[in-house]
Amino acid sequence: MKAIVVENLTKDYDGLRAVDHINFSVGAGEIFGFLGPNGAGKTTTIHLLLGLLEPTDGRAEVLGFDTATQADDVRTHTGALLEHTGVYEQLSAEDNLDFYGRVYRMAQAERQARIKELLTQMDLWERRKDRAANWSKGMKQKLALARAMLHRPQLVFLDEPSAGLDVVSANAVREGLEALAEREGMTVFLTTHNMAEAERLCSQVAVIREGKLVATGHPDDLRARAGGPRLEIFGRGFTENVLRLLRGRPEVAAITMENGHLEVNLTEDTDTAALVSLAVSAGVEVQEVRRGKATLEEVFLTLMEEEK
Amino acid sequence: MKDDILTVMWKERKALFRAQGRRSQALLTMLSPLFLAIYLPYSAGVDWVDRSMSLLLAAVVPFILVGITVPDSFAGERERHTLPTLLASRLPDRAILFGKLVMSVLFGWGITLLILLVSLVALNALHWPGYVLFYKPSLLFADLAVSFLVALFTAGLGVFFSLRSSTVQQAQQLTMSVLLLPAMVLQFGVLFILQSPSLRDTLKSTLGALSFAQLVLIIVAVLGAAAVALLWVAMARFNRARLILSQ
Repeated sequence: MKAIVVENLTKDYDGLRAVDHINFSVGAGEIFGFLGPNGAGKTTTIHLLLGLLEPTDGRAEVLGFDTATQADDVRTHTGALLEHTGVYEQLSAEDNLDFYGRVYRMAQAERQARIKELLTQMDLWERRKDRAANWSKGMKQKLALARAMLHRPQLVFLDEPSAGLDVVSANAVREGLEALAEREGMTVFLTTHNMAEAERLCSQVAVIREGKLVATGHPDDLRARAGGPRLEIFGRGFTENVLRLLRGRPEVAAITMENGHLEVNLTEDTDTAALVSLAVSAGVEVQEVRRGKATLEEVFLTLMEEEK
Repeated sequence: MKDDILTVMWKERKALFRAQGRRSQALLTMLSPLFLAIYLPYSAGVDWVDRSMSLLLAAVVPFILVGITVPDSFAGERERHTLPTLLASRLPDRAILFGKLVMSVLFGWGITLLILLVSLVALNALHWPGYVLFYKPSLLFADLAVSFLVALFTAGLGVFFSLRSSTVQQAQQLTMSVLLLPAMVLQFGVLFILQSPSLRDTLKSTLGALSFAQLVLIIVAVLGAAAVALLWVAMARFNRARLILSQ
């Protein structure tokens, strides 16, 4: 079952193509990361999926509803935390949630129970009567996250939910999101600049640049596409002979010296004990050995470079 | 739709009355109408309930109050970045528009009626004739109708300018400026007519031929038509795609 299906979706603004014939789908219950630099078309895509804008070309279905002709149904069954928190600062946290509970026609008892549940989970319950204006940015962001999930939507759109937050607040928001998404089994469409966040949360990602999708897939697949597993050897005595010996091994794809350490790209995820032994027997004084893979950030930067 | 309008009104009411700092701001805004509500009946005496002087309060008070609240409600959502989230909810465009409009109009109109009541109490206290003074029926109708229509007209104009303004201040300034324009034109028109004996006689005979009730009906009809036209424009322009793109 697909929560989102996008086919050739395109949006032009005043002669500028913000979204250019993109195609992807998101499975139900998945946390889907939509990655891209500023101005890549991420927010426009969310606006199109929420039926706030009409596509110039192509179509999209959200929870089985056509975003152009059934936009009201889309918005009824989804939640959103957009670029700004959308929190009413002059109202208390409780009133902010109460308002949106009323918007989604939740009965009073259900509304109150859900508000208590979410604010407790976000560690905000004790300060529910405070005006939101007196809260930190991280607290407002958590409140906005609670609001997006208040009516138990089947799908939530989160536009850079941890942007501009300090490390601790960003982590708290991520933890809150992870716990809620897992417990409630909802689909999450997440845009972010933060690759570590995408790597931690997302089961599928898509990368957009200048309105075009440049990659989609599981983060591991994208990492594999940018380069396979690798081995980093720190130490002394990396002579030409050592490099020649290592290059001769079938599991070695490439070798480079990076800032005084040896970086060995492997053809497959294999046992590397033999390689280390070979280096030691050839005279290398090994201080540290690390196994690793390309990070999503490296994949992302590579994709951006390729496009340029 | 009715439930959605009531939901938006609930939020607007909370924002109007419960927010910190708003109470002192509201009291300051109310100072000059309150002063007028006591001073004008004091200087007019018992004529206050017979002549058309109370119409001044009925026109000025909703103009000031709605001219402040409507831009704050509409342009304020944009300035405070709460509009996209509201538009991403299931609320229909019309429910957002009318929820905000109705709350502002009710607030402006309600306070005006309260001010008219205060002026009546002040009149009775200051010029007690031995019986309770009350507005004559035609004047009461004129006060109710004119204050309501001024509130509605100002609200329509406020929405119109709020949709074109990036800040609350800009929307308030535009609304107030445009509303002051007809008053200035009228003032200059009267001065011009008074300088010309023939025009003055024509005006005198035309107005003299009209009863107070007829004059009120003409004013009500003109204000009503203008308010309906402005609301129609507001309904046409208040749509999600336009609002999202103007962010």
